[in-house]
Amino acid sequence: MTAQSHSLTRATNKSRAIRRTYAGVVPAEINRGTPGHIPVAIIGAGPVGLAMAGELASRGVSSVILERAHTSSDGSRAICWSKRTLEILDRLGVADRMYAAGVTWSVGRVYAGNTTTPLYSFDLAPMKAQKFPAFINLAQYHVEEYLVDQLTSQSEIDLRWQNELVALGQGAAGVTLTVQTPAGTYRLVADYVVAADGCRSAVREMLGLHFEGRTFEDHFLIADVRMRAPWEAERRFYFNAPFNEGRTALMHQQPDDLWRLDFQLGADIDREAALQEKNVSAKVEAMLGPSIDFEYEWVSLYTFQCRRMRQFVHDRVLFVGDAAHLVSPFGARGANGGIQDVDNLGWKLAEVLRGDAPRRLLESYDEERGLGADENIGHSTRATDFMTPKTPAARAFQSSVLALAVDFPFARALVNSGRLSTPCTLGDSTLITADTTTFATPGMQPGAVALDAPVHCQGEPSWLLHLLGHDFVCLVFGATVPSALPPRVRLVVVGRDFIDTHGLVAARYDGTPGTVYLIRPDQHIAARWRHPHPEQIRLAWQRGLALT
Amino acid sequence: MITAANIEKPDEFYAALVELHAGLDGQESLRLNAALILLLANQIGEAGVLSEILQVARQVLVSGSGEAEPTAATAQLV
Repeated sequence: MTAQSHSLTRATNKSRAIRRTYAGVVPAEINRGTPGHIPVAIIGAGPVGLAMAGELASRGVSSVILERAHTSSDGSRAICWSKRTLEILDRLGVADRMYAAGVTWSVGRVYAGNTTTPLYSFDLAPMKAQKFPAFINLAQYHVEEYLVDQLTSQSEIDLRWQNELVALGQGAAGVTLTVQTPAGTYRLVADYVVAADGCRSAVREMLGLHFEGRTFEDHFLIADVRMRAPWEAERRFYFNAPFNEGRTALMHQQPDDLWRLDFQLGADIDREAALQEKNVSAKVEAMLGPSIDFEYEWVSLYTFQCRRMRQFVHDRVLFVGDAAHLVSPFGARGANGGIQDVDNLGWKLAEVLRGDAPRRLLESYDEERGLGADENIGHSTRATDFMTPKTPAARAFQSSVLALAVDFPFARALVNSGRLSTPCTLGDSTLITADTTTFATPGMQPGAVALDAPVHCQGEPSWLLHLLGHDFVCLVFGATVPSALPPRVRLVVVGRDFIDTHGLVAARYDGTPGTVYLIRPDQHIAARWRHPHPEQIRLAWQRGLALT
Repeated sequence: MITAANIEKPDEFYAALVELHAGLDGQESLRLNAALILLLANQIGEAGVLSEILQVARQVLVSGSGEAEPTAATAQLV
């Protein structure tokens, strides 16, 4: 920071100053002296911790969020929110606000050398007619603010700013937490702790746990700039960027004329020099061209890691988001992966706390989101290795792939500028029942997230995912309804409970009469059949709750 | 010659291809690639297709649209 010039420091200070500040909370426990007992303590009020509290509250589970700071996060964090994240956050009531405020995009353009004609473009939302687009861009602090606005009025959620976890002990009765506040220190006992405290997780440290995986040497420069620019809302990725000494660069539009620019700098750099304004501006001006005026909003350097904890479940402590796994930013798999952790863990924790499912169901969080983390880390690592070839052979392959990609579609499939976040398919999970007949649903097999589709309900336009909600659901096509359903499974009959106005539900689910889908509370498909016997449904439901 | 995407799991294949060269010097990498090309050519077999592929590969090298100018920093990574 010392080498940063005045205007960059001013920009950073200004963007820090506009963050929302919240009043510190002095909890009742401080004066009472005896530790309170709560079902769930969530450590960290980032997007993942906040969403976790909302998800649990929607299932009637109370939680306390402990957050050491008293502001939303500062610049240079997540900006790309995926369709699946929006679908999940829609259940918490914040996705419409995000969608309205964010910049919608689905097209990515990839350039190599030439900055006027893209090498190729891709559309991340080939299947339209879903409630949410492939991606919206919105600064992380706005998402946090919307979540806080939505959650603070809910009686199940106790959000405690300036409450820092300083010690943690696991015992038979639960987890004892020691919390420090400006007004003093107190203790809490929680049945479960959800650690959502980010890449430098204090909870992970306290338990003596570690990350495993790779760290990368490459430095990247982030510049968030305000400017009036004529470009479309697209993701633009540059290989061999002439304005960045032949390295890579990335451009994303955010709302309010804010743009994120990301420049690869290389491995051995002078960090202080890289942050000097004349050096930053030389890059930014070379990228934008001479005719565009801009103002800095945020400038920083980063390096990244592709690492994870070996286990996300440690007795009564459950790790989510960056506390559990880290990826590079290329692919938008960090925050979106964390929100999928919430989606997977929320219903399981609620079932176990209610006593409706065994503790084994929580172990399946580790199995299923371990799969998701490995998938994200794999994509992230491969993208990074493509972008930054580390051997002469790797450089030759990259160079040839980019040259071939000009004319040949096959080579474009090998160009890797980041594979953008899609929901993980849990096909091999022990909770999922495999198909016994064939379905013509490309990409949507048991374990996949149920696809959205436009429908009509009670005369009003609606969306299938909204109607599926957050319970176990039996989605039935045709007039014959299963004669018996397992407990707490909601029946949704196509044509009776909603009208498949455009026939897209039948088409996307290959829903011939007699087709039945069992869909989990996180909207992943647990099993599906043609004309199932009620016993088949019961067995798949038991399996889905780890009851067998 | 097939020009549409035809490689199953392209990212995984590419990563495996690069990993195959790990720890090799330039000469060894060249020999490894030569062996790979001969094996893949035998898999393809058809003379007309092989001939077309040879010509296209040479043209791409000459036109070099995606060629990176190696920079000082990337050179250090070697």
